Amino acid sequence: MRKLSRSAAVTLTAATMISLTAACSPPESESESSSSGAATATSAADLGGLDALVTEAKKEGALNVIALPPDWANYGEIIKAFGDKYGIKVNSAQPDGSSQDEINAATQLKGQDSAPDVFDLGMSVATANTALFAPYKVSTFDEIPADLKEANGAYVNDYGGYMSIGYDSAKVPAPTSVADLLKAEYKGKVALNGDPTQAGAAFGGVQMASIANGGTAEDIKPGVDFFSRLKKAGNFLPVDPTSATIESGQTPVVFDWDYLNAAQSTKTPTWKVFLPPNAVLGSYYAQAISKDAPHPAAARLWQEFLYSDEGQNLWLKGGARPVRAEAMQKAGTIDATAFAALPEVAGTPVIPTEAQNTAAKEYLTANWAKAIG
Amino acid sequence: MAEIASAAPQRVATRPRLRGAALLGTVPFFAYVTIFLIIPTLVVVIGAFASDDGGFTLANVGSLGDAYIVEAFGRSIALSAMSALIGAILGAVLAYALVTARSDGVLRRVVTAAAGVLAQFGGVTLAFAFLATIGLSGFLTLWLSEHGIDLYAGGVWLFELPGLTLVYTYFQIPLMVIVFLPALDGIRPQWREAAESLGGTTWQYWTRVAGPLLAPAFLGSTLLLFANAFSAYATAAALVSQGSPIVPLQIRGALTSEVVLGQANLGKAMALGMVIVVAVVMTLYSLLQRRTAKWLG
Repeated sequence: MRKLSRSAAVTLTAATMISLTAACSPPESESESSSSGAATATSAADLGGLDALVTEAKKEGALNVIALPPDWANYGEIIKAFGDKYGIKVNSAQPDGSSQDEINAATQLKGQDSAPDVFDLGMSVATANTALFAPYKVSTFDEIPADLKEANGAYVNDYGGYMSIGYDSAKVPAPTSVADLLKAEYKGKVALNGDPTQAGAAFGGVQMASIANGGTAEDIKPGVDFFSRLKKAGNFLPVDPTSATIESGQTPVVFDWDYLNAAQSTKTPTWKVFLPPNAVLGSYYAQAISKDAPHPAAARLWQEFLYSDEGQNLWLKGGARPVRAEAMQKAGTIDATAFAALPEVAGTPVIPTEAQNTAAKEYLTANWAKAIG
Repeated sequence: MAEIASAAPQRVATRPRLRGAALLGTVPFFAYVTIFLIIPTLVVVIGAFASDDGGFTLANVGSLGDAYIVEAFGRSIALSAMSALIGAILGAVLAYALVTARSDGVLRRVVTAAAGVLAQFGGVTLAFAFLATIGLSGFLTLWLSEHGIDLYAGGVWLFELPGLTLVYTYFQIPLMVIVFLPALDGIRPQWREAAESLGGTTWQYWTRVAGPLLAPAFLGSTLLLFANAFSAYATAAALVSQGSPIVPLQIRGALTSEVVLGQANLGKAMALGMVIVVAVVMTLYSLLQRRTAKWLG
């Protein structure tokens, strides 16, 4: 075998690498950054009003959204309504991605046409990544409660819900408390929506179980212990529930946000939503615009649409509580039927702070795998 | 590979130096190795020692001592060892059965071809095949429950380590057949005849002749199976959605979690830990291969 002299190999490798990195650099974004300054506009007024924004957005003609499942808070209809209304093509990437996947995509695709324009994020991810957002105040900014928005509009809460227990009334008896799930009737039937160390909804489920078992949103140990007991009883089901697993009956009981369980009821008529009394855990998601949005005007128009009465009512139709619900109730613009259909809440809702979540996460990371292992 | 420099002056014709043009042929190889091996490894190593603001830190590697990560490594190693051992024993038996068949026969051809395919049959497809068969609503599960047998009376073991061991074994056995067949083929019938004509029993032949000859190859193949299971990700990711029991799933969590943030570099530190484990295993493997090669050339 002929040996390659070492220096030649090194030189060659280096040369290869250099030529490759040159070849792999992303193509420059071809969309002209709009001269009107949509990328730096912090409100529609900056561009000369809403009509000017619509014109700019139509010029761009496209919007990239990411991690929006069609059956999540009615996003399927929202995307369609926006596209039809303004004639803008909405590209929906990775519908089942997590909030962190959205941020990863924005950093990895930076400067490319396919980078996400807007985000819909869990609060932990939103507060950790404010450097990536472009502050923007929608026309209805003043109607949003102060504790549900970042003062400059870097991120703004959009819709929220309460942690609930969805169950198939055709397969299991109706639970009256979280503790009921330990009974033999629920053997091999209780699932969390994801792994709580990874998915916000599952994390909320453990927090809610903790509150129901004498803990708090911060002291999550009683919740972890509850799932550990559930596992020992043989009731915990380590399956990631989806519409398909619910319809086929594999996951008859699912801890999830009430708007997601409510959306399931429209597909599975026997699917009921139960909010345990005195263990009401609420959580809001947040909207943000990417600082590097390839379609800055469309991104801003999307926000205007979401926070308009129309957008808010579309979320409400999906069982989510829109952030402007109170103001719209006063103004009489809320979809009364959908608002009345939201599940009953008994007790004071707990909306955890970031500090409480952080303490809970540390305990969870160290103990979750052990508890259900 | 030390070359002994002889003291006597020699007049050997110097080998023609490789010219640039001749080197061109190696470009694809080096390009491939650079993109798929060197760069990712560098990314992992650098990331493992990098803090979030890009400085040097030992915190990520230090976190590998956290109980939950140590446990994940323990479970990963246990799962890989179990599935490698079961796969190695069953695979070796199957391979031996093949060797006794005609070497150009249909049976042997069919089984080796099937092993070649099934050894690569992993990931989502494999997970789905098991879910459809013995999942909670799998057809076998339902058929058995109609006959009063509950597969999951003691809990849903398919989505935990026992289930992973079963599913991994499914691709370990064919891999063992592929890597162990050459060693079995190297055992010559004359050796057995020699043992018998010297009055040895079958037991003696296996313990004194074939056993020692095959042991290095068997152990080496087992190590290869271990590394194969240790680095498998997609199968487990498709099957297990709770608790991230093994290291590859913990790394996924560190990179994509929307609950616990800023752990990307911890994920790289865990990947570095995996690289070290596999490096140790593959070093042992190559040592054993060398021993095997002596006998089976």
